[in-house]
Amino acid sequence: MFDFCTNPDTLGDFQWMLCYLTTGKHMGLYISFGTVLLLLAITAPTALLFGFGGAVAARSRFFVISVFGRGYISVVRGVPDIAFFLFFVIALDQGLEFIRHKIKCPDWTDAIWQGNDFVVCQAAKLPLGTSPQWIHEVYGFALAVLTFAIVFGAFAANVLYGAMTAVPKAQIETAAAYGMSRRQTFWRIIVPQMWVYALPGLGNLWMVLIKATPLLFLLGIEDIVYWARELGGTKTSRFTDYPHGDWRMWYFLMLLVFYLGFTKLSELVLDRVMARLTFGQATAGGEAQRKANA
Amino acid sequence: MSCWDIIADYGLRSVGIGERLLPRSDFTLCHQFTLIGSGMIWNIYFGILALISGFFLATAVAMGKASRNVVIRKASDWFIFVFRGSPLFIQFFFAYFLFLSLKAHIDFFGVFTAAWLGALVVLFLNTAAYSGEIFYGAYLSIPKGDIEAADAYGLTGWARFRRITWPTMLRLAWPAYTNEAIFLFHATTLVFFSGFPAIQQKGDALYYANYFADKTFNPFIPYPILAGYFIVLVLIVITIFGLVNKRLNRHLPQESRAKLRFRLNLIR
Repeated sequence: MFDFCTNPDTLGDFQWMLCYLTTGKHMGLYISFGTVLLLLAITAPTALLFGFGGAVAARSRFFVISVFGRGYISVVRGVPDIAFFLFFVIALDQGLEFIRHKIKCPDWTDAIWQGNDFVVCQAAKLPLGTSPQWIHEVYGFALAVLTFAIVFGAFAANVLYGAMTAVPKAQIETAAAYGMSRRQTFWRIIVPQMWVYALPGLGNLWMVLIKATPLLFLLGIEDIVYWARELGGTKTSRFTDYPHGDWRMWYFLMLLVFYLGFTKLSELVLDRVMARLTFGQATAGGEAQRKANA
Repeated sequence: MSCWDIIADYGLRSVGIGERLLPRSDFTLCHQFTLIGSGMIWNIYFGILALISGFFLATAVAMGKASRNVVIRKASDWFIFVFRGSPLFIQFFFAYFLFLSLKAHIDFFGVFTAAWLGALVVLFLNTAAYSGEIFYGAYLSIPKGDIEAADAYGLTGWARFRRITWPTMLRLAWPAYTNEAIFLFHATTLVFFSGFPAIQQKGDALYYANYFADKTFNPFIPYPILAGYFIVLVLIVITIFGLVNKRLNRHLPQESRAKLRFRLNLIR
C-alpha cells in the first residue's frame, strides 16, 4: 500500500502496523464489512416485503390463504433459528435444482435421491459447473439473502399483523361510513397508520437482524467472521512478511466493538424515527409530545 | 442391528460413552433420532446451568441498574449493553480466543477453552444481561402502593427486598423471563458452531443434525427431528415456568393474574 512497506522487517512499530493493516488480505476483511452491510441493505426490505405478504395473507378472507399465512408465521417462529438457516440453504438449493432438473431434463430416468446422494443432470446444476467464480459467489450470497428474508419475513409478518389490528377500530368504521371498499380502507387507512404501531417491533427486529449477520459465516460466505479467523491465526515468517502470534482475540474484539457501535447507532436513529412517526398521532406518545411542545 | 442396540451404542455418545466412531453409512431413522437426542444432553446442560446461575447475577444487575450509586449503575448499564448489543456468536468466538490466549500465560484458564465450561460462562453472562434488563423493567413497574405499604409496615433494607420488592419484581417479569429462557435454550445450539471445538465429535443436537445433513445431503430428515426435540423441550420449559408463574401470582384475584404469552424465537 505505502512505499515504505517493501521491507517490513526494518520498520518501526507504528509503520509496521500501518503496513500490516493495509495488506491485500486486510482489504478482503474491509470489503467483507461491506458484504455485511450489503446483506442488511438487501435483506431488510426483502424481509419487510415477505412480512407484508405474510401479514396480508394471514388477514385474508380466503381460508386457504389465511392458513398459509398463519402457518408461515408460526412455523418459522417456532423452530430454533440456526437450524432454519442451515436447513434453508440446502433445501432451497436442492429445490431450485430439482425444479430445473424437471424442466431441462425431462427424459432423465434415474432417481434424484440415490441413497446419500442428490443427483441432477449437468444442465440443471446451479450455478452451472462451467460458470466463473463470481457467479458461484453471487449465487451463494443470493441464497443467504433469501434465507434471511424468509426467516425474518416471518418475524416481520407477525409484527405487521399485530400493527394492522392495532389501528383504531373507529378509523376503519369511519372509512366504511365514507363508503370505502375493503381494499381502499386497507391502502388508505390501515397501511399509512400502522407504521407507528409496527415501529417498536420492527426496530427490535432490525437489532436482531444486525446481530444475526455473523451467521452468514455458517452459510459459507466469506464474511467478517471468516476473515477474522483467517487473519488472526498465528503466522510464521515462512508464509507472510508480517509474522505474528495468535491475534484472533483482537480481531474478534474489533468485531465486537463494530457490532456494539452499529447497534448503538441504530438505536439513536430509531429513536429519531419513532419521534417523527409519533408526531400528531392519537397515542400516549403523541399526546406527551404535544404537551411537551405546548 | 435393532434400534435398541443403536440406542445402547449412541444414546450417550455426546458425552463420550458408547461407540467411538459416528455411523458413516446406512443411516437409519433410529440413528438420527438417537444421536440428535443424545446431543440434546448438551443443550439441556448448558440451558439449565446458565439459567440458574444467570438468574442470580441478573437480579444483582437489575438492582445495580436501579442503584443510586453512579459507579454501580454505570457498570450494570455497560454490562447489559455489551452483552445485549453484540451477537452471541461473536461473543462465543471472542471468549474462546480470549481463554486461549490467557491459557498461554496462566494454566488455570486451560479448562475454559473446553466448551463445557467456557461456553457456559458466556451463556451465563449473556442470559444474565438479557434477564437483568427484563428484571430492571419489572422493578420499575412495581406498583407504588406496594412500596408505600412496605414503608407503612416499617419494612426496610433486606427485609423489604426479600418480602416485597423481589417477589413482585419476579411476578411482573415472569412472562418475559419465560421467553428469555426459551431463547437461551435455542441459543445453546450455537456453541459448537463457534470457536469451541467439539472434541472427539462430542457435540450438541444441532452438531449431529448438521452431521447427518452433510453426510446424506438430505436436510429434510435431521432438521425436522431437531425441531421436534426442541418443541418438546420448549413445552417442558413452558410447563415448569407456568407452574412457577402460578405460584408467584397465587395471592392475586383470578382475573388480574398475569397470563404467560409466548413470543417464540428471535436470534440474539
